[in-house]
Amino acid sequence: MPGVVINMRGLFDRIGILLLFAVLIAVGTSASNALAGPYEDALPGFTADSFSDTADSVDKVAGSGSALAAPLLQALKDQRLQFSSAEKKVLIKTADGKLLDAATGQPFAGSPPADLSNVRLNNRLRNLLDAALGSLTLMAADPNKRHDAAQSVFKSRDGAALPALEKALAAEQNAGVKKALMEAKAAIIIATAAAPTADKIAAIGVIRDRGDQDSMALLQMIPADAPPEVITAAADAKAKIERNLTLWATVQNLWYGLSLGSVLLLAAIGLAITFGVMGVINMAHGEMVMLGAYTTFVVQEVIRTSYPGLFDYSLAIALPLAFIVAGAVGIAIERSVIRFLYGRPLETLLATWGISLVLQQAVRAAFGPTNKEVGNPSWMSGAFDLGGILITYNRLWIIVFTGIVFVALLGMLRFTRLGLEMRAVTQNRSMAAAVGIRTARIDALTFGLGSGIAGIAGVALSQIDNVSPNLGQGYIIDSFMVVVFGGVGNLWGTLVGALTLGIANKFLEPFAGAVLGKIAVLVFIILFIQKRPRGMFALKGRAIEA
Amino acid sequence: MNNSVHPAATRPTARKWLAAAAGLAMTAGAISSASAQDTIKVGVLHSLSGTMAISETTLKDTVLFMIDEQNKKGGVLGKKLEAVVVDPASNWPLFAEKARELIAKDKVSVVFGCWTSVSRKSVLPVFKELNSILFYPVQYEGEESERNVFYTGAAPNQQAIPAVDYLMSKDGGDVKRWVLAGTDYVYPRTTNKILEAYLKSKGVADADIMVNYTPFGHADWQTIVSDIKKFGSAGKKTAVVSTINGDANVPFYKELGNQGIKATDIPVVAFSVGEEELAGLDTKPLVGHLAAWNYFQSVKDPANAKFIKDWQAFTKNPKRVTNDPMEATVIGFNMWVKAVEKAGTVNADKVIDTLPGIEAPNLTGGVSKMLPNHHITKPVLVGEIRGDGQLDVVWQTKGLVPGDAWTDFLPGSKDLEADWVTLKCGNYNTVTKKCGGSGS
Repeated sequence: MPGVVINMRGLFDRIGILLLFAVLIAVGTSASNALAGPYEDALPGFTADSFSDTADSVDKVAGSGSALAAPLLQALKDQRLQFSSAEKKVLIKTADGKLLDAATGQPFAGSPPADLSNVRLNNRLRNLLDAALGSLTLMAADPNKRHDAAQSVFKSRDGAALPALEKALAAEQNAGVKKALMEAKAAIIIATAAAPTADKIAAIGVIRDRGDQDSMALLQMIPADAPPEVITAAADAKAKIERNLTLWATVQNLWYGLSLGSVLLLAAIGLAITFGVMGVINMAHGEMVMLGAYTTFVVQEVIRTSYPGLFDYSLAIALPLAFIVAGAVGIAIERSVIRFLYGRPLETLLATWGISLVLQQAVRAAFGPTNKEVGNPSWMSGAFDLGGILITYNRLWIIVFTGIVFVALLGMLRFTRLGLEMRAVTQNRSMAAAVGIRTARIDALTFGLGSGIAGIAGVALSQIDNVSPNLGQGYIIDSFMVVVFGGVGNLWGTLVGALTLGIANKFLEPFAGAVLGKIAVLVFIILFIQKRPRGMFALKGRAIEA
Repeated sequence: MNNSVHPAATRPTARKWLAAAAGLAMTAGAISSASAQDTIKVGVLHSLSGTMAISETTLKDTVLFMIDEQNKKGGVLGKKLEAVVVDPASNWPLFAEKARELIAKDKVSVVFGCWTSVSRKSVLPVFKELNSILFYPVQYEGEESERNVFYTGAAPNQQAIPAVDYLMSKDGGDVKRWVLAGTDYVYPRTTNKILEAYLKSKGVADADIMVNYTPFGHADWQTIVSDIKKFGSAGKKTAVVSTINGDANVPFYKELGNQGIKATDIPVVAFSVGEEELAGLDTKPLVGHLAAWNYFQSVKDPANAKFIKDWQAFTKNPKRVTNDPMEATVIGFNMWVKAVEKAGTVNADKVIDTLPGIEAPNLTGGVSKMLPNHHITKPVLVGEIRGDGQLDVVWQTKGLVPGDAWTDFLPGSKDLEADWVTLKCGNYNTVTKKCGGSGS
């Protein structure tokens, strides 16, 4: 306001002075009842508890130019903006729980109104907010914030943001942010029907170099009645992006396959010991995975209630505990049931299946039948872009973790005394007994090892699947498939089997769909087993003697 | 696990272990069947073990809670109610066996039960043959109206179609492109068929509809979520209509969160995700995704507040959530009590004839009514997922929507009408003026 008045004074001196007086009087009177101005006018709209009134107010606040606008909209977005309809007050709750008066930005004096509640949002409002905040925070001090702001403008393509964008572009030093700003500007130009053809073609060039899924979407919005030069440029750009995306889609499938394969391997690796090495058809294997996942849940519960600072380490704490819990249960099962049933595969199958039901129902009785929430530590949530594909941290860590478990297990079998004895018992039980190995003890320890590894698999799987008593059932069929396909009794076979099945599944899925893809893999394995009954890498062991 | 200290469990053979597991699940039922014989028996046919236990156990508790409340008020017709709980163990043929056991052996007057459509289909012949009453409390695909069954969950016109209408509206985001994603079985397939026909009738092109099915318990959603993302970047506002059921939801939502698909970009509206399913999730990345139901725990209504308080006191768990199928069970239970009191008997034929027209308050401030087609009137609410795992109502229908057994959007079913009061028929064909077939 004062700026306008000064300009006017430069033109019409005397009228200007009069006007200045008028403005001063207006400000003076309105300050006594309520502060005037578009920002203050917009505030009552937030107290109506209606989405359309809130939307109008957001528009007004965004256009008000007030310094309080950005913090208010940010508070609204974070669900920290509160209102009282009885007292017609709008308050901002700061991150540390203090209340600010939205009208002045000063701390709120007096007791908070009784009917204080959050201003509610829906998706339309969230979109509006993102766009408004985008143009308001283009000049923020933090480059990450500026980058986010440029991205929201890119998405909203709101022509009103163009002046702010130009200003930000002129002042920007950071190359990454500058690129994002250029892309946002190009998006606005493409979306504005009236923009000159030359500008549009230049903008299409910028978008083509961005080259992702969103760019494709943007180019598809160009109407068919645009100038022919624009249409051709867009078609060329689309073709180039398409080629680029197809290439990355293959890389992405490979990554997804690797990730699925690592999950399969993790679930199956314990079974490769109990079924593969010992020859026990262990239907309760999935329940060992489930016990591991529930151990993670219990660890996180304890951390949440008693040591909240340790949450990021919860998985590291859960790993040894899950190994011990599942391993101990495994040894107990071996000692109490399975050792009486060696060499009787049908009875073993039925007994372990019964055990799996008992374990499921026991967990259901202890923890309830509903899903339990196992949180992702901060270093396992989110994703990052690698070229044209999105890599999620939890999948990445699971692949790394699977690799470590696999190598550790191989090393254990190869280099430790226990591993040596295990291999000896597997290859020739009576000879091993003759040289003084206590075979019964080795049986129990081997079964415990397989179960313990299933337990630590449960820790990892709790990060991507739901933790419920049924968790294990989902993995038992897949695990048997991997072990049988890879070759019973061979860890390398399990590795190759899991990765082959994972990648095959992921390459089939886009064409055949998830249901048919799964069937196709199953049919393939049946045919493969017909040809090579012992799997890809056959090994002579007790399983084959039995 | 203490309950399994049972003589049969000492020798661990597979069969005995199984018996012990079943015994464990049955204990709840055994306790309540100790009272005197002059009671009215109420059957509860919900899975307490197996895959569906996650959803159905709560409904068993709900019926027990309602019976407890009713007995505090003096029971029905001067008699106490007595629950008979059985466990069909998520095993569809076992549902029919257990239903027969409840009706023929335990002589129950009414059964509250079933969740999946396949379990309902499996018990239908039993209820018809033995002429008893089933209250079915779950949202389902419609295309059915049976004399012995009362459907208190939503028919497609009480959930799916209003939700799609909301998304097409300005507030819902003006959605022009649709992904119909579901688990591969009868409910999602039928619902999606209805939705496809409905969307096409609203002028949505074939190319703007993507249909995707996944197996039960699907855990690896990477490909599908990135396909959805790709489908959604064609320059038109896209939404996902999810009929994904049960356990598969948690990994699906986790993948959505991890791949950074926000509700403002591509909203997901789910028909099978409620407060119970969200309990297993960190919902902060999911804020803004939607669910369509006829009830939410967050609904501000005195009746709802009282119900939640009493329920949490009954279960001795101050965090226990409530959900839509629970409300449907409550409405069904109250309707049955009213009908029995009006008829003055628990005789199945009399109660079946009395039920249409009976009204019972729902928990969202309205009064639901049993219609001649054995469905009820309910409000339709669309809620957004909040950061604390609850859902916030963002839209609701004006007034109550009557349930339609036969959808108007499928060629085979639009001419059919169900009316058990005047027409005495569950599938009357309004073109041929005949009751089609034997009422199935």
